[in-house]
Amino acid sequence: MVAVDVDRQTLFDWLLRLADNALILGHRTSEWCGHGPALEEDIALANTALDLIGHCQMWYTLAAEVEGKGRTADDLAYLRDAMQFRNVKLVELPNGDIGQTIMREFLFDAFHFELLTALTNAPDPKIAEIAAKALKEVAYQVDRSSDLVVRLGDGTEESHARMQAALDYLWPYTGEMFAADAVDDALADAGIAPRLSDLQQKWEAFVLDTLDEATLTRPDRRPDVHKGGKQGSHTEHLGYLLAEMQFLQRAYPGAEW
Amino acid sequence: MVTTTQEVWDWLSEVPDPEIPVVSVTELGIIRDVVWDGDTLKVAITPTYSGCPATNVIDLMVQEKLLEKGVQNFTLERRLSPPWTTDWITNAARDKLRDYGIAPPVDGTASDGRMGRAARLAGSNLTIACPRCGSSHTDKVSQFGSTPCKAAYVCRDCLEPFDYFKCH
Repeated sequence: MVAVDVDRQTLFDWLLRLADNALILGHRTSEWCGHGPALEEDIALANTALDLIGHCQMWYTLAAEVEGKGRTADDLAYLRDAMQFRNVKLVELPNGDIGQTIMREFLFDAFHFELLTALTNAPDPKIAEIAAKALKEVAYQVDRSSDLVVRLGDGTEESHARMQAALDYLWPYTGEMFAADAVDDALADAGIAPRLSDLQQKWEAFVLDTLDEATLTRPDRRPDVHKGGKQGSHTEHLGYLLAEMQFLQRAYPGAEW
Repeated sequence: MVTTTQEVWDWLSEVPDPEIPVVSVTELGIIRDVVWDGDTLKVAITPTYSGCPATNVIDLMVQEKLLEKGVQNFTLERRLSPPWTTDWITNAARDKLRDYGIAPPVDGTASDGRMGRAARLAGSNLTIACPRCGSSHTDKVSQFGSTPCKAAYVCRDCLEPFDYFKCH
């Protein structure tokens, strides 16, 4: 059992955010499997998706243990509806073109990397060990996505225009990652999670440097327009994603491979 | 008859990695601990990558090996900490990988999340020797290969494509 100074429901909610972000981004990324613009990219995206699904299994297992109601990681992934999901809206958005997908991975990876880095120092050993395990893979992911943002942003006229359009579209969703609510504050007060405002500074420094290198322009619009995912209010896109992902367990309850 | 933990390690060294069968699970460094707790054998296994699909197969193969050797009471623990690193791959296994056509990991080059940028700015890149002809005139084709633990490379001298076992 996790030994920390936060009430069980708050800790459960917070762990769900970590797990749901990983699952939903992992599922979205897996949609490229068989559709990538090049074989290498197809394989890379599928592997990235696998990493994320692996992370969500670890977080869901811990969340289920904290909740203590006998639910399993699979129950949490397959038997909750959209309003019970706690991921940020950024990760549930449709893939768009490959440029939009890469830009979304980059904006999230840069956040994910800073968050997991901080969590490796969490006083609870279970949280710290999952973070340390996931961080090694996310470090590789952010290396990859930032590299591609530079290559595509500073690429051809066409790739540059698409990356800028992707950035403009996604930017108003990025603020949610750093918008702290009572759950985030409770975890930060307990010394488990970092202050999101501290993460935001580190995120911005890295993201803006990379965008600069990619010859892309920071959008002149508020980053915190589309929020609420962490509290269960989602875009219309999440329901369709879940309908596909959860179909088998809904149609054939308890089915196993 | 009492089985020593060394005997158990020897048995487990016969269990091949399901995706790269030329090396064993012990050579990969994923068997972390073997201990007797009374009459129960406890084996701790760590996953290579979080999402590696071979993880469950490896558990199954370890179970089969223990049953085959007549061990009835055992438990398998999934151990996450410390996280697996390619530093734990034995030297013998590195030679086997190379002979098999997979370039072994170059220690000390695991990603730190800022490596891509550093390499771009410094204009340098990791050089991986071709496992076939030994040439260092090789290029990365993709950051990922046929499994999560590998990247795809091609040799510009012998023209062979090959996998690189990434430093992790």
